[in-house]
Amino acid sequence: MLMGLILPDAGAIRILGHDMPGERAALLERMNFESPYVDMPHRLTVRQNLTVFGRLYRVERLKARIDELVEDFDLAAFVDRKAGQLSAGQKTRAALAKALLNSPEVLLLDEPTASLDPDTADWVRGRLETYRAQTGATILLASHNMPEVERLCDDVVILRRGRIEDRGAPSDLLRRYGRDTLEEVFLDVARGTRAEGVEPAAARPAEVEP
Amino acid sequence: MSATRGTGGFSFTRIGAMVLRYWYLLSNSWPRAVELIYWPTVQMLTWGFVQLYVAQNSSFFANAAGLFVGGLLLWDVLLRSQQGFAFAFLEELWSRNLGNLLMSPLRPSELIVSLMVISIIRLGIGMIPVTFLAIPLFGFNVWGLGLPLAVFFVNLVIAGWSIGLVIIGILLRQGMGAEALAWSLMFLLMPITCVYYPVATLPAIVQPIAWALPTTYVFEGMRAILVTHTFRIDLMATAFAMNALWFAVAVFAFYRLLAAARRAGSLLQQGE
Repeated sequence: MLMGLILPDAGAIRILGHDMPGERAALLERMNFESPYVDMPHRLTVRQNLTVFGRLYRVERLKARIDELVEDFDLAAFVDRKAGQLSAGQKTRAALAKALLNSPEVLLLDEPTASLDPDTADWVRGRLETYRAQTGATILLASHNMPEVERLCDDVVILRRGRIEDRGAPSDLLRRYGRDTLEEVFLDVARGTRAEGVEPAAARPAEVEP
Repeated sequence: MSATRGTGGFSFTRIGAMVLRYWYLLSNSWPRAVELIYWPTVQMLTWGFVQLYVAQNSSFFANAAGLFVGGLLLWDVLLRSQQGFAFAFLEELWSRNLGNLLMSPLRPSELIVSLMVISIIRLGIGMIPVTFLAIPLFGFNVWGLGLPLAVFFVNLVIAGWSIGLVIIGILLRQGMGAEALAWSLMFLLMPITCVYYPVATLPAIVQPIAWALPTTYVFEGMRAILVTHTFRIDLMATAFAMNALWFAVAVFAFYRLLAAARRAGSLLQQGE
């Protein structure tokens, strides 16, 4: 819905001060995403994919930008290999490079470290932290990996059956639920076993502003 | 901060990106390029020999050389323009890349124009060698038709795009379950649009349907040139008018199907 792929039944979506899907094309030039459920064309090399997507996003000085991302994401060893021949970890790195091609102000990530080995997953989280620190971009992360959420997020929304159950900063959630980890908080919410006296924070609209 | 900051207006750069994506696909996979030439060549050889045989036994066909081969070549222009349009889109479904495109700044109108360009490229690769092959093998020079050939070509290509547009709209709404339409829908038109015989051959009840298809006017026009050596401007003017109407209806249907797919969330479920 945030990327304009599905129309909302009700309500409005405003991102960076613009209406989605009303100003879809202009907004999407300032956003990007990565998801393990969407592939880059398998028969194109990583470099060809980055070139095509860079042009779709009208990235200026594209060749230099691709070279920069190849270095940042350590893609040199397989940048001229077809995307369909990459390992899961290589695919994720290539997909993240695609997601950062246009230096998005809003980056949507769907399980960015799913099926990655711990070392690669840690490396990916580090890259995302660096990107956010360097650019001030908003990263919207969907994940079931609670240690990852605890590390990367400063505002956590817990969903259950499509509805917001609770929301807050990781430290706030830990304090309110009296738990040591977000995993325990998540289990309390998922199983409906939150301790007496714990009141979920009032749901409020998500805001993505520059 | 971003490397780009656009206004989201219509962009030829994005169209170029889509064409480049398809060009990479073709250049990375030579069997795809061979397949483009293979079927038109096989068809032309088959019908060319049928025509040679019939011409030896019929004074009418002997005097109207090229009816079969000419019909076949023009039919292939129609078929390949539709398939080139729809298959380029199917490539995105097969490679699970549609999500990337629909969540990129690519506008539906840019997608349509890029598919048109790709269909022309596919058509050129597949048809141009075959037309030259028909000259020494069967003595039929389609290029010898001159200006009428250009008029026939434009009309057939636009008709192919119209049908291709409706097919990809259905694919967006129904997913890969509708893939067979891309291969087969055009063959439903083949007997009605009178590729190899005049409209008068059809039963009277079917003839109005035939005349409702812009492509019928093209095939009738081709026969007029080959049999009576006259270029029927009236037929071509009607073909253009009907094509404009059909294309407008196809664009409308495509946008309605895309909006329905967005409402239903089916763009996320493009599998079978």
